[in-house]
Amino acid sequence: MKEVRILEIKQSVFADNDRQADLLRADLRRKGVFLLNLMSSPGSGKTTTLMRTIEALKDDFKIGVMEADIDSDVDARTVSGSGAKVIQLHTGGMCHLDAEMTKQGLEGLETGDVDLVVLENVGNLVCPAEFDTGASKNAMILSVPEGHDKPLKYPLMFSICDVVLVNKIDVLPYFDFDMDKCREYIHMRNPRAKIIPICARTGEGMEEWADWLREEVKNWKNNC
Amino acid sequence: MHELGVVFHIMDNLEKVAKENKAEGISKVVLELGEVSTVIESYLQNGWKWAAKKRELFDGAELVVEKLPAVTYCEGCGQTYPTVEHGKICPYCQSPETWLLQGNEFNIKEIEVF
Repeated sequence: MKEVRILEIKQSVFADNDRQADLLRADLRRKGVFLLNLMSSPGSGKTTTLMRTIEALKDDFKIGVMEADIDSDVDARTVSGSGAKVIQLHTGGMCHLDAEMTKQGLEGLETGDVDLVVLENVGNLVCPAEFDTGASKNAMILSVPEGHDKPLKYPLMFSICDVVLVNKIDVLPYFDFDMDKCREYIHMRNPRAKIIPICARTGEGMEEWADWLREEVKNWKNNC
Repeated sequence: MHELGVVFHIMDNLEKVAKENKAEGISKVVLELGEVSTVIESYLQNGWKWAAKKRELFDGAELVVEKLPAVTYCEGCGQTYPTVEHGKICPYCQSPETWLLQGNEFNIKEIEVF
């Protein structure tokens, strides 16, 4: 008969990942690399927004992109035309990236001369919110067709984001999307969240977003 | 699919713990799950059963989930109330200035090893 022992663990399921994420963040700060974790549901316009963002910032920074998807390299092919350094990460069926996968991705990207890395996370509003990737800042995109009630339905995602981009504002006249309610619901979950309405297709609002990101990257590099 | 990813994550963690404690196998894992964490217990149990068969260390390991009720604190009137029933708005003073006291936990409490 084998001896049975009880081991007390008493730690969050995510504690291990949180620790790795903190280590990665500290390492990135030392190296002066700013990592933006970009999250959203599928089809909200992450890749289009990313392309516009690279266009706006390519003269200021050397930019790297990590495309995380369950499968395919469609997004990486699109982004590779932008002049940014791109790497495609496959999560092998997993619905999110964790700190370890992010670290491996950064190693593959070779960030030596890179100032800003954008991690395009798996399109999903649930799991990516729970796994800290080690990013300097978290951003999410909520697109108008998804509806203004999403902050109520996916509270964790909105509570961990530093900035929320409300995308596709060019189609506002065709949807029952209430921008004031959207702001109210986001701030209910996260009073600190910066909200920027944009349209990645027409370029509206992209300047404000690029300014915010430029400032954050500069602050990060000044404190490294 | 979220729950299955979480199961893998727990198993990876516990593999390290088992190794550190020189355990040959794990027979039981006890988790604490808050009422408003984003994990659904039945999916978690199904994912566990499937994944446990594929890893020797966890073969036959029982998963016990202890539920923690969700409680919200109101800044407006200082009272607490059950989160699931009333949500974000305080039922006593209708203030939206409320925050979760407990209920989003997802902890590994203890494991039984041999």
